[in-house]
Amino acid sequence: MVERTPRTLSVMMVCFDRFLRSLWRAASLAIFLALIGPLSIPAAAQAQVNDRLVIGITQYPQTLHPLINAMMAKSYTHAMTRRPLMAYDSDWELVCLLCVEVPTFDNGLAVLEKTPTGRTGVAVTFTLQPDAVWGDGEPLSSDDVVFTWEVGKHPKTGVGSTEMYNRILSIDVIDEKTFTVHVDRVTFDYNSFAGFDILPEHIERPIFEAGAEAYKNRTAFDTDSLNPGLYHGPYVITEKVSGSHITLGRNPEWWGETPFFREIVIRAVENTSALEANLLSGSIDMIAGELGMSIDQALAFEKRFGNRFRIAYKSGLIYEHIDLNLDNPFLEDKRVRQALVHAIDRQAISQQLFAGLQPVANSNVNPLDTMFDPTLEPLAYDVKRAEALLTEAGWDRLRDGVRANAQGEKLSLEFMTTAGNRTRELVQQVLQSQWARVGIEVRIINEPARVFFGKTLTERLFTGLAMYAWISAPESVPRTTLHSTHIPDPDNGFGGQNYPGFRNAEVDQLIDAIEVELDTEKRRRLWSRLQEIYIEEVPVIPLYFRANSFIMPPWLEGVEPTGHQYPSSLRVEYWRARQ
Amino acid sequence: MTAFLARRTLHALIVLAVMSFVIYGLIGLMPGDPVDLMISGDPDITAEDAKRLRELYGLDRPIVERYANWLSAAFGGDLGYSRLHGAPVGEVLGPAIVNTAKLVGAAFVLSSLIGIGLGLIAGAAPRTFRDYTINIAAFAGISIPPFWMALLLILIFAVVLGWLPAGGMNLDGTLAGELRHMALPVIALTLASIGGYTRYSRASIIEAMRQDYIRTARAKGLSKRQVVVGHALRNAMIPVVTLMALDFGTLISGALITETVFAYPGMGKLIFDAIMGNDFNLALVALMLATLMTLIGNLLADLGYVALDPRVRLHDGEAA
Repeated sequence: MVERTPRTLSVMMVCFDRFLRSLWRAASLAIFLALIGPLSIPAAAQAQVNDRLVIGITQYPQTLHPLINAMMAKSYTHAMTRRPLMAYDSDWELVCLLCVEVPTFDNGLAVLEKTPTGRTGVAVTFTLQPDAVWGDGEPLSSDDVVFTWEVGKHPKTGVGSTEMYNRILSIDVIDEKTFTVHVDRVTFDYNSFAGFDILPEHIERPIFEAGAEAYKNRTAFDTDSLNPGLYHGPYVITEKVSGSHITLGRNPEWWGETPFFREIVIRAVENTSALEANLLSGSIDMIAGELGMSIDQALAFEKRFGNRFRIAYKSGLIYEHIDLNLDNPFLEDKRVRQALVHAIDRQAISQQLFAGLQPVANSNVNPLDTMFDPTLEPLAYDVKRAEALLTEAGWDRLRDGVRANAQGEKLSLEFMTTAGNRTRELVQQVLQSQWARVGIEVRIINEPARVFFGKTLTERLFTGLAMYAWISAPESVPRTTLHSTHIPDPDNGFGGQNYPGFRNAEVDQLIDAIEVELDTEKRRRLWSRLQEIYIEEVPVIPLYFRANSFIMPPWLEGVEPTGHQYPSSLRVEYWRARQ
Repeated sequence: MTAFLARRTLHALIVLAVMSFVIYGLIGLMPGDPVDLMISGDPDITAEDAKRLRELYGLDRPIVERYANWLSAAFGGDLGYSRLHGAPVGEVLGPAIVNTAKLVGAAFVLSSLIGIGLGLIAGAAPRTFRDYTINIAAFAGISIPPFWMALLLILIFAVVLGWLPAGGMNLDGTLAGELRHMALPVIALTLASIGGYTRYSRASIIEAMRQDYIRTARAKGLSKRQVVVGHALRNAMIPVVTLMALDFGTLISGALITETVFAYPGMGKLIFDAIMGNDFNLALVALMLATLMTLIGNLLADLGYVALDPRVRLHDGEAA
C-alpha cells in the first residue's frame, strides 16, 4: 500500500522545512554577531547623559537596619541615604559628617574624667549639624543619639558588635543639638565614633519599647523601608524590590549640597559575568568598586572595553593572607614559617596576575595607614635563604622530591581556601609550584565558602595553611586576630578570630598598650614594633591588599574611591554627569 | 475518585510532615550557623557578642527543640521570620513565588507545547532532514549548560543587538517593560527544556507508530494525520506527562542558574540563599512548598494517565 500524506500535513511540513532553513540562517547570523560582538559598539551601551544613574553591585542587603548585620551592600546604600556621625575621608582623615567639629583634648571638647569605679574615662562633647533633619522634616537631635545608644547596648536587639555602646557609661543631653558622651576608658581612638549610626527616635522608639527581642524583626527599616523619616542623607529610598534593586530619590529635606542625579537605582546582580553584560548592554551605568568585579576580571574587561569606560583601581583594606596553624608541629618552628615566605615571589604574583595593582603586604597594616612603618624590611623572595632555613630546621634530606626530617617525615602541608574563587585558586597553584621548588609539598584541599568559614576556620580544623581575607579599618588594632585571648577553642565556644593560634606575650602587651596610648608618636613606635614582630614571627603569610575596580561611564565625574570601609558613595552629592 | 483523592491527600500530608523534619535536620547539620557567617563579615564581633547572638536567635538550643517550636508556631499560622530578608517568611515568599511562577510557568507552557510539537513532527517522519535537524537542536538544548545559554542570549540580544534588557526586574512598571525583562530568561529556560520534551515525545511517537493498533488504523485507510493525532498521540503522551509532572515542581522551586544570571529575584535564588545563609524558616517553608508542588504534579500526572489511557484505573492511592 502506498502511504498517502494528507495535504494539510504536507503543507505544514513544507512550511516547517522553510522555517528550519530560516532558523539556520538566523542562528548563523547570531553566532556571527556574537563573535564580532566585542568589536562592535552596541546602540544600547551608548551612555545617555541624564539625571538617572543605575549602579550594579554583586550583593543585596539582608536588612536595612544600620546597626544589625554588617554588610557592604547596606553600607554602600546607606552612604547615600544616611550619614554616620563621623567617618574617614578619602585621605584617611577622621572628619565630622553629622557633627560640627571633631572633639579633641586640644580643642577642649574631650576631657579626662574619673568614672564611678575610679577608673580614668573620657567625656567627649559633640554638636550635631544645626540644619540636620530627617527626611520627614523632624529635626535630628541629641535624643536620637541617646536612643541609638540604648538600642546598641541592649543585648536583645540583635546588634552585632556592641563594644562601642557598652563602653559608653552615659550620654548627657545639653541641648537639642549638643550632647556629651561619657566613656569608661581612655583609648587612642577616644574621639572616633565613626561607627555610630544615628537612629530616628520618633519612628523607632515605639517599636523598640514594644519589645526589644522582637525589635530586629519589626524595625521600620525593614517593615517600612520607604519611610523618608528613616533617612537623613542626600537621598531617600523610594522603591525596594527584595533581591533585585533599591531606588533612591532626592531627599527634599537634605541640608547639604543638592545631589545632581534625580534618581539612583542600585541593582543587585550577583554573577559578575552577567554584571558585565548588564554594563555593556546599558542596563546599568557603572559597577561599584566596593562590590563589583575582581581585579583580574576588571583587567580583562579593560583590555576589551577600556576605551568605552573609565576604570579606576584603588587598593584597599581587604587583606589577603594565609593563616598558618601554629599547632601543627611542622609550623611551630619559626624557621619553617620564614622559609615559606622567602620561597614565594609575591611581587611577581602581584605583577603577573594583577598588573601590580594589588600592593604586596608586609604585614596586616596597609601602606596607606598612618601607622604603617615603611622602614621595616619584609622577608624578601630568596630561594637560597628559604632552603638554608629549612635545612637548619632539620628538613635536610629528600624523599620523593620532598624535604624530610631525620624521622623520615615529609614536609607536607595542607593548603585550603574557598573553592570556586577563581583568583584564590590561581594564586594557590602558583604558590604550590613555588614551594615545590624548595622541597615543600603542599596539598590543595578546598572547601565551599559556607563550610570553610562556617566550620573549618572558626573551629581551627585546618591543619596547615588557610588562605582568605580580612576586612580592616584605618588604625584597626588586631586584638581579635592576634591577641592570645582570642584563640577559638571549645571552652570559649570557638569565639575569637585568632585562627593561627598565635601566642606571643609581647604582642599581647603591645595590643593592650596601643589601645590606650594617646600620643600619636609613641603609638606609632608601638605599631612599628608590632609590625616588626609580625614580619619576624610569621603568624600569617601576608600576600597583598586587594584592590577595588571602579568601572564608570566616561561622563560620570566626582566618584572618589576611598580604599577603606567607608564607601565612595558617601560623597554621592558630588557625583555629576558631564554636560 | 473521591476516595483516591482523599488517600493521596493523606499521603501528601504524611510526606510533608516527614520532609519538614528532614529538611530542618539537614539544614541544621550543615557546618556553621548564622552567627559564624556574621563573624566572617565583621571582625569586631567578640566571643561575648557571638554567644549573645546565638542565644538571641535560639541557636544554642537543640535542633529538635527548635523544630518543635517552629512546628507549634506554624500550626498557629506563624511560619516564622526570615533572618536573611528581615521580614516574615510569608512576605518574603509571596513576591518570589509570583516571579517564579510567571517565569517558569511561561517557560513550562512554551517548552512543553513547542517540545511536544517538535517531537511529533520529528517522530512522524523519522530519519528525514526534519528529524535530524530537530534532533540536533534538541541535543544542543539538552547539552548546552543553562548559564552559558543565558550568557549567550544576553550577549546577542542585550549587548550586541540591544533589543532586550540584560536582566533584572522591570523598573518602569509597564506590562511591555515586564514582558521585555522576562523575554530572555523565559527563552533561556524554554530552550533548556524543549530538548527533553522533544526527545521524549519523538521516541514515544515512534514507539506508538510501531504498535498493532496503528497498523490496523492504517489498514482501515485513515490518513497519516488521523493516525498520528487520533491514535498515536494519546498513548505517546504518557511518558511525556511523567516528565511534565516532574517539571511541575520547579514552578515553585524555580530555576537557580537562570535567576542568578538574569538577576531575577525568584524562588530558586531565594532557596539557595536561604540554605547557604542558614535561614532555617525560609528554607524550610520554601522547600516544603516545592515538595508540595511535586506531589501535586504527580497527582495530576496520575489523573492524566487515566485521561489518556482508559485502561488505567485509580486504586490504592496510585494509578495502575
